[in-house]
Amino acid sequence: MEFIICILAGILFATGVYNILQKQLLRIAIGTGLISHAAHLFILTMGKLKRGQPPIILEGITEYTDPLPHALILTSIVISFGVTSVVLVLAYRTVNENNTDNMEQLRGNEYE
Amino acid sequence: MSNLAVLPIIIPLLAGILLAFFHNNLRISRFLSKLFILINLIVVVYVTYIVFQEGSLILETGSWVAPYGIVFVADYFSIILVLTTNLLSVACLFIAPKLVSDTKEKFYYYTFIFLLISGVSGAFLTGDLFNLFVFFEVLLMASYGLIVLGGDKVQLRESLKYVLINLFSSVIFVTTVAFLYAVVGTVNMAHIAERVQEVEQQGVLTTIAIVLFFVFGTKAALFPLYYWMPKSYVVPNPVTSALFGALLTKVGIYSIIRIFTLIFVEVEFTRNFFIVVAALSMIFGVIGALSTNDVKLLIAYNVIPSIGFILLGLAVFNETALAGSVYYLVHDMIIKTALFLLAGVITYAAGTSDLRKMGGLIHHYPVLGWILFISAFVLAGIPPFSGFIGKLLLLKGSFEGEQIVIVIIALLTSLLILYSVMKIFIHGFWGEKNEQLERKSTSGLLGPISFLLIFSIFIGVGAEFVYPYIDTIATYLLDPELYIHSVLKE
Repeated sequence: MEFIICILAGILFATGVYNILQKQLLRIAIGTGLISHAAHLFILTMGKLKRGQPPIILEGITEYTDPLPHALILTSIVISFGVTSVVLVLAYRTVNENNTDNMEQLRGNEYE
Repeated sequence: MSNLAVLPIIIPLLAGILLAFFHNNLRISRFLSKLFILINLIVVVYVTYIVFQEGSLILETGSWVAPYGIVFVADYFSIILVLTTNLLSVACLFIAPKLVSDTKEKFYYYTFIFLLISGVSGAFLTGDLFNLFVFFEVLLMASYGLIVLGGDKVQLRESLKYVLINLFSSVIFVTTVAFLYAVVGTVNMAHIAERVQEVEQQGVLTTIAIVLFFVFGTKAALFPLYYWMPKSYVVPNPVTSALFGALLTKVGIYSIIRIFTLIFVEVEFTRNFFIVVAALSMIFGVIGALSTNDVKLLIAYNVIPSIGFILLGLAVFNETALAGSVYYLVHDMIIKTALFLLAGVITYAAGTSDLRKMGGLIHHYPVLGWILFISAFVLAGIPPFSGFIGKLLLLKGSFEGEQIVIVIIALLTSLLILYSVMKIFIHGFWGEKNEQLERKSTSGLLGPISFLLIFSIFIGVGAEFVYPYIDTIATYLLDPELYIHSVLKE
């Protein structure tokens, strides 16, 4: 099970990075979303995927689910949700102000 | 357990929320922001006093003992940085009403600043690697708000890059925390530090160490990851730039020092690697500073070599050099704020930030000129100012560690840093009196900067008084067992 999730995370990372390397602004925004999904899936694998056991340790219990990765993912999802919305709004405003969504034309050396 | 450790995070957070309600009333929000930062400063001074009297303060949230709960650790190193953060925030908040336009102030300017302070203090104080990520996000979120405030064409363009690069490195950060958790099974920093010694495959740890270094190196603007930094620090208003230059990169270098003195102490390979990175940061940073004629950009580039200097102390890794790093870190936070604010005042006074169009400012603004002159000396490390003590310790440590090449590079860099800042003085202040330029009022602008400078001179001239504390921190950092014992209480 971890194996499949790992491969999935890898594919998401690859597509995310591919999209980030594009020139179009929207693709970059989507790319950042994809790599954060990949990171979340990846966190899931770190505590070993087990099903059916409660996250409780008592005397004599050997099988249990690790609750920590879930807590971390939840925090991370909330944060990436917020950041993604910031990025989208920022990208929209940048495109409107600069009249282009091409990163090549957004370099520029003049400030102010 | 002591709740004192969390106060430097809670007070700015509450202040930020409260100020959001008064964002349209500038008189109230200005007054409240000054009041709250002073209250916070007093609290932090008290906490620092307690820490140096009684040792580290550990707060276990909800009474969940470490390593199960989230801990906040106010030890010597972190609390001294929180103290410095608050000192320079005082100067920034007192100068803000003059340097920031009213419209910008109304758009939750003070709220963002307080959230930034809260996030920075949290990043310094947390004892949990994942929590460090969360506080990074808190301070980054506030900084996204600050950098884009105003919404100019250029500002949007540069802040987009800033947000994207930080977002990317944050994702890598989370992934690395996952890696580390898979290897050692904990995210509590003290607990990780204890367990990495038992890990059999040291190769995995080296990989994790380097990826973490990449993450923090991006935030700290080290070579070759600094490319996003100078321009994005130039576009917002001067007070924001000052806070960014003083706090954000320093949080990155603080995390590097923390991680590599506590967790990855054994990884030998990193030391030589750090020396190379430190040397290249110094060289490329100062070349960048020399290449530009823009006052703000020049100061922004000067952030990079200073990060190189701080990393040098960590790379050499003996007591003198680490003391130098800590000293330089404190010194640099203060003087960078002063310089960014000065750049803002100069731009305001001359009406342009381009050095080629300036000249003869000394006739109109003699005090400003001399303050800049002293600041340049402080930054470059002319005795008896604070930069000298920091560099002396660093270079002495490097000699002890037999790293001669880096000493030469560091000395040459210092010389060029002095030249680059003097360039502002020569081109901006010398020359014919510009008759068309009207003298603008600088009341209220120079006070906060002088406050920072006086403090900077104090830690330089009063090194006898300050050094014992810095030395305590260096000895403390060299022995990770102290941190581990204070948190895990075994």
